[in-house]
Amino acid sequence: MTEAQPILSISNLQTRFATRYGLVTAVDGVSLDVMPGECVGVVGESGSGKSVTFASVMGLIKPPGWIDGGSIKFEGQELVGMSERSYRSLRGKYIAMTMQDALTALNPALTVGFQIMEVLLAHDSQISGSARNRIRKARARVIEMMMLVRIPSPETRLNDYPHQFSGGMRQRMMIAIALACRPKLLIADEPTTALDVTIQAQVLELITDIRQTLGMSVILITHDLGVVAEYCDRVAVMYAGQVIESGPTKSVIGQPSHPYTQGLLRSIPNLANLDKRIRPIEGQVPELIDLTPGCRFIGRCDVREEACTQRVEMRNIGQGRTVRCIQPKGNVQ
Amino acid sequence: MNFGKLIERLAQLIPVLLGVMVIVFFMMALTPGDPVDIMIGEQPISAEQEANLRHDMGLDLPPVERFIKFLGNAVTGNFGLSFFHRRPVIDVIAERLPATIELSLVSIILAILTSIPLGVLAAVKKNTIFDRVSTVGSLFGVSLPGFWFGILLLMLFAVHLRILPVSGRIGYAYEVDAVTHLLLIDSLIAGRLDTFANALSHLFLPALTLGLPMAAILMRVTRTSMLEVMSQDYIIFAEAKGISRTRILIRHALKNALIPTVTVAALETGSLLGGNMIVETVFGWPGLGRLVVESIFVHNYPLVQAAVLFYAVTYVFLNFFADILYTVLNPRVKL
Repeated sequence: MTEAQPILSISNLQTRFATRYGLVTAVDGVSLDVMPGECVGVVGESGSGKSVTFASVMGLIKPPGWIDGGSIKFEGQELVGMSERSYRSLRGKYIAMTMQDALTALNPALTVGFQIMEVLLAHDSQISGSARNRIRKARARVIEMMMLVRIPSPETRLNDYPHQFSGGMRQRMMIAIALACRPKLLIADEPTTALDVTIQAQVLELITDIRQTLGMSVILITHDLGVVAEYCDRVAVMYAGQVIESGPTKSVIGQPSHPYTQGLLRSIPNLANLDKRIRPIEGQVPELIDLTPGCRFIGRCDVREEACTQRVEMRNIGQGRTVRCIQPKGNVQ
Repeated sequence: MNFGKLIERLAQLIPVLLGVMVIVFFMMALTPGDPVDIMIGEQPISAEQEANLRHDMGLDLPPVERFIKFLGNAVTGNFGLSFFHRRPVIDVIAERLPATIELSLVSIILAILTSIPLGVLAAVKKNTIFDRVSTVGSLFGVSLPGFWFGILLLMLFAVHLRILPVSGRIGYAYEVDAVTHLLLIDSLIAGRLDTFANALSHLFLPALTLGLPMAAILMRVTRTSMLEVMSQDYIIFAEAKGISRTRILIRHALKNALIPTVTVAALETGSLLGGNMIVETVFGWPGLGRLVVESIFVHNYPLVQAAVLFYAVTYVFLNFFADILYTVLNPRVKL
């Protein structure tokens, strides 16, 4: 897969927001490649910049926010600075997104059938002909999509409104909308956070199944390392607007090299060894206003030293792994 | 929609209407001033004649009996004779009603057609010059009292510029056969464009005066609820679907934003009915509102009772229809 071109290539992305308290750099020099067919997990706590990074990819950053630098290439095509019109023909068709909470992401005043159908009518070139024909063809596709996400009796349920579905079904409906045009890349923003555990697994299995059927790439934004371990080929860990560690999932989770990743893994309860105390990471995520140039994790790090107050670059540590720490591996335990 | 529920909701209106009748009847009966005295005026009349007159008009009965009689008659549409016109109240009202309906409808349509697009635009162009100007404009619209604003308009357009008529509903030379009794429609049926234009020129200023406060409030409500809706996740999700901006605004945002607007519009139509009395008086509009004002001055009880009842019933039904429209816009709410 090394010779293949990445389907999405983010490099040195900067996204900023002007707030009344000052300039917030929500995304600071994020670089990430996603290969065709690959599932990449992006983990980080709330406010680490993971959602903003992919809102930037979708071109959904609005004033007072803007993309201040860097590049986002989708199949080699630059997205930063692209016209709204060209962007619109890309969104929903080639790059699709699902949001954290389907209850708020689905329009309460429109039927779910309508909400799937309108993506198809906007993008699918196979749906053509007279208005009546288009609706008929689109309707057939809507039913097909609803069957794909396992909604029972789709012929009648497509006339229902979002509030008439259960939480898990709503999440699946949202996935059906995102996948309606068979996109090449799906950005799933916390697809399971709003669901209970049994439904979580269903939804993730569904995404994995469809990913394999359609051969699309998936970016799974989550704060659940367990989900990453189970479903993702590679993982990028974000902290305070930066990617601080990335690499193949097994190797990153098995041998975390950034003190933050190590801390994250230590703070997960271990079912096999319940006597072991959970060790939370001390301290708070820094405010993203007026940041110092040094390592973002410096205030919470056990192994900090003088050099950490200088800018820390991403370092390649082999096996496709990178880390933003001046003394990586040294603390692998 | 559930038909049984609809009937149930309609049945719930009955106690409301009954309450309205009680209030209307006793409020008029308790008003000081005796209608018989007013009718007689300065004419010399014997005490016997006066008693007969009082008896004819049913004013010698105790209030409770009068109310029961009133209730029974009201259900059959018989509101008695207008003291002043010596004709059935229902006929007098029917004669004046079309003018009021025409004026109110045009005002409401004008208000809705301007306020909703302006409110959407102000929300989309939030914090621009357009938004600020329309905010200040709507503040004026709500604050200007109708009697004062109407007179200002009259002075400018009718007295100084002389481009619009001062009062009335239609010029003498422009009469057409009455079909619907709404002049704008009747003139079109008769194919008389000159009549249509004349009726419109008479209608314009009163409709503007009457509709302005409603338009101003609806605009504010639409703007606020649009802004609220535009920040919802489902709008971001709709954008992520790659559908056009106009479609997002109209299909996704406006349908949700109209939910509060509909409720306010129904309430505002109520105050518009009240505003009718002032505007019709200012512009000499031959409608129900002016008739009611005149009737109050001469203690014409039966007519005022019938008219106020008519206003109340209209208001109750308007809110009923708003409730129905509400369930259409908001599928989460059941009737």
